[in-house]
Amino acid sequence: MASTYEKIASTTLNSATASITFSSIPNTYTDLVLVLVPKYVSTTATKLTINSDTTTNYSATWFYGDGSTAGSFRLSNVSPVIINYFNNTSAQSSMNILNFQNYSNTTTYKTYISQNNNAGAGTDAGVFLWRNTNAITSIKLEPGTGNYDTGTIATIYGILKA
Amino acid sequence: MATYTLISSNVLSSATSSVTFSSIPSTYTDLVIRASIRDNVDSNQGAVAMTFNSNTSGYGAKDIYGDGSTVATFSLSSIAYGWAGTITDANLTANSFSSHEIYIPSYALSQNKNYSVYSVVETNSTTAKFLVSGGGIWSNTTAITSITLAINTNPNFASGSSFYLYGISNA
Repeated sequence: MASTYEKIASTTLNSATASITFSSIPNTYTDLVLVLVPKYVSTTATKLTINSDTTTNYSATWFYGDGSTAGSFRLSNVSPVIINYFNNTSAQSSMNILNFQNYSNTTTYKTYISQNNNAGAGTDAGVFLWRNTNAITSIKLEPGTGNYDTGTIATIYGILKA
Repeated sequence: MATYTLISSNVLSSATSSVTFSSIPSTYTDLVIRASIRDNVDSNQGAVAMTFNSNTSGYGAKDIYGDGSTVATFSLSSIAYGWAGTITDANLTANSFSSHEIYIPSYALSQNKNYSVYSVVETNSTTAKFLVSGGGIWSNTTAITSITLAINTNPNFASGSSFYLYGISNA
């Protein structure tokens, strides 16, 4: 029986780096899970680009809380969008878990969801739409400003339904 | 090595005050706990209290929740446990249990430990329904080798509550 939850690729940074790209993602899975444990050089958030598409094909809706204020926020018709509402300072640790459902079909736009947790700044959950019917074959992660620092870990897994 | 592996599980056959996963190997990258929980006290409104390595200091959290009418947020700092989701009380709809997923990345590395929580209480009543998303931190650089789950207001987990610990490897 095939394994149902497989690592596709993983990166642990040994030096400060501007971006992390998972390329040549096979279309043999049903869903993708991306786990990012970032360390930032500057105070910033992570921007995600699919298939090198830098046009305004993205939209997003978040809900968030920082311990005193909860709210919701959205963006539409934007270029590659950040996946976490709260910025992270270089001293704070945080984590993102992203789920991409049905990422390899070629008939629908792609929806993905993110949960971001930073006990120092706040927590947020977001849903994102990439208005493109192409299969997702690459995902680029990059800080909004500055670099990822040494020790950043990013791993992408594939989930099989069969 | 398999990528997503069951390390240990515990399905309770009687009311129990705590569940401990001990001797957790350091061979995985991340840990995931999936639990289905009910307590044995009416109107308790407790939450899962998670401690690592029997250590009771250095925990903090920020969470958001909705109950169908209100969205709110809360913050915890310098508390004795990791907050990991509201639990279904004994007086709520029979046979209903809260669901919890706790994700702990990089648990064996020498750095402070983040974790995320996603939990729900849904009872088909107006009394209790919570959707919680949040995260916490244990400000300790020691590798996690044991995890204890209890209830912060001290009742027991009810019979039928289940707890599963998985290891995820990116090797």
